[in-house]
Amino acid sequence: MATITAEQVEARVVETLASFGPEADQITRESTFEELDIDSLDLVELAQVVEDDYSVVLKGEDMKELKTVGDAIDLIVSRAE
Amino acid sequence: MKRRVVITGLGAVTPLGVGADALFERWAAGECGILDGAGACTDFEPSELLSVKEARRLDRFSQLALVAAGEAVADAGWDEELPFDPMRIGCVVSTGIGGIQTIELQHDVLRDRGPTRMSPLGIPAQMPNAAAAAVSMKYGLKGQMFSVVSACSSGAHAIGSALRMIQWGDADAVVVGGAEATLTPFGFGSFNSMQALSPTGISRPFDARRDGFVMGEGAGVLVFEEASAAAERGATVLGEVAGYGSTSDAYHLTAPEPSGVAATRAIELAMSDAGVGPGEIDYINAHGTSTPLNDAAETAAIKMALGEERAYKIPVSSLKSATGHLLGAAGAAEAVATVKTLLTRVIPPTLGYEVPDPDCDLDYVPGEARPLVLSNGRPPVALSNSFAFGGHNVALIFRGPSS
Repeated sequence: MATITAEQVEARVVETLASFGPEADQITRESTFEELDIDSLDLVELAQVVEDDYSVVLKGEDMKELKTVGDAIDLIVSRAE
Repeated sequence: MKRRVVITGLGAVTPLGVGADALFERWAAGECGILDGAGACTDFEPSELLSVKEARRLDRFSQLALVAAGEAVADAGWDEELPFDPMRIGCVVSTGIGGIQTIELQHDVLRDRGPTRMSPLGIPAQMPNAAAAAVSMKYGLKGQMFSVVSACSSGAHAIGSALRMIQWGDADAVVVGGAEATLTPFGFGSFNSMQALSPTGISRPFDARRDGFVMGEGAGVLVFEEASAAAERGATVLGEVAGYGSTSDAYHLTAPEPSGVAATRAIELAMSDAGVGPGEIDYINAHGTSTPLNDAAETAAIKMALGEERAYKIPVSSLKSATGHLLGAAGAAEAVATVKTLLTRVIPPTLGYEVPDPDCDLDYVPGEARPLVLSNGRPPVALSNSFAFGGHNVALIFRGPSS
């Protein structure tokens, strides 16, 4: 499998989160899910996209620890390696 | 002592357009929102009327409800600030079917991609209480909140429930309505198999040629307030919801009980609740589905409840001639239209009614709208009927403003 870069994951995560409601230009690595109004239901949908695209399985306990968009990107990249 | 309940806001999304005015004015002008055998809300564009989050989290029936509720709440002057303690404001939004589009879509995902790919929004979007929940969350309504499900009388049952809530002091105001969006393969297939839908695709209630109902979609929402509280805050009163009566046929899953005895009783109970007699009913907004059985049974019930002599003198018209049958939203959209009728004193016609049927021999307001004429100075009073698969009978009495 080709190497997955952090940039690719970031772009995909931002695109996915933007489809849930927040404007894409508001979404940075530092944005918290709370301030983006991204809740647990949105994160389950994000996990489904991540599993489809990167074969990375994120469980509920993984998601609970995530506070920022950067946290999610780092977790996905680390699991994909 | 029962408290009086007034109407201070109206909202609707129907095949005649987005807005209560579009609904009433186009119907009164004789325009029909049915196209190719269905009453679709073609003017309703969720992306223009709702946020991205609202649009993607809500099934279409809840989207329709939220937009209709927004109009009603603004109409009541509530959009800046709620006029009462939020814990004293209820929310009842009915549906007959619920989020069937979500169920169909997620069932495709289940079949094609397996259970792990189903959306986490599948159940919360399809649940019949989702529209009520969405309205309560958006406007911060913290009193009793629920949906009412009784097929095609759901909207009328919602209104009856909201009326009782205020009459007996459980709430000071209620945002109440109904919503439905079943123009789907499952909806058409199932109603077609029942032979309930019109094969000609024409909704012409009470006409001898009627051959079934035309399925529609939409939502109607009203704001109810306790009369003295509304007066105290200087609210514009659009009308009064004065009476509610409800019974069941205990007869058949889909056919109305032919004698109409239980439907008659529902009308009598509503008149008694409102304290009005047959002589005071100035207009009847009929359930009038355009099915052979309903329209004959409803006519019989009206004659029994009001007496034949009086029944022949009262104009009766059916909104379903212009929109098709909005199922669980029908009673709510018809309540909006009835309040507008009493407010404007214009009675919209039963569109397409031309050929009399001996079993349907009332004045169905053929041709065009006519003025609502009162014999004395009292406020006008209307009866609105709803009947449903399962044998539900609901009658509501509305009273217009005095001038």
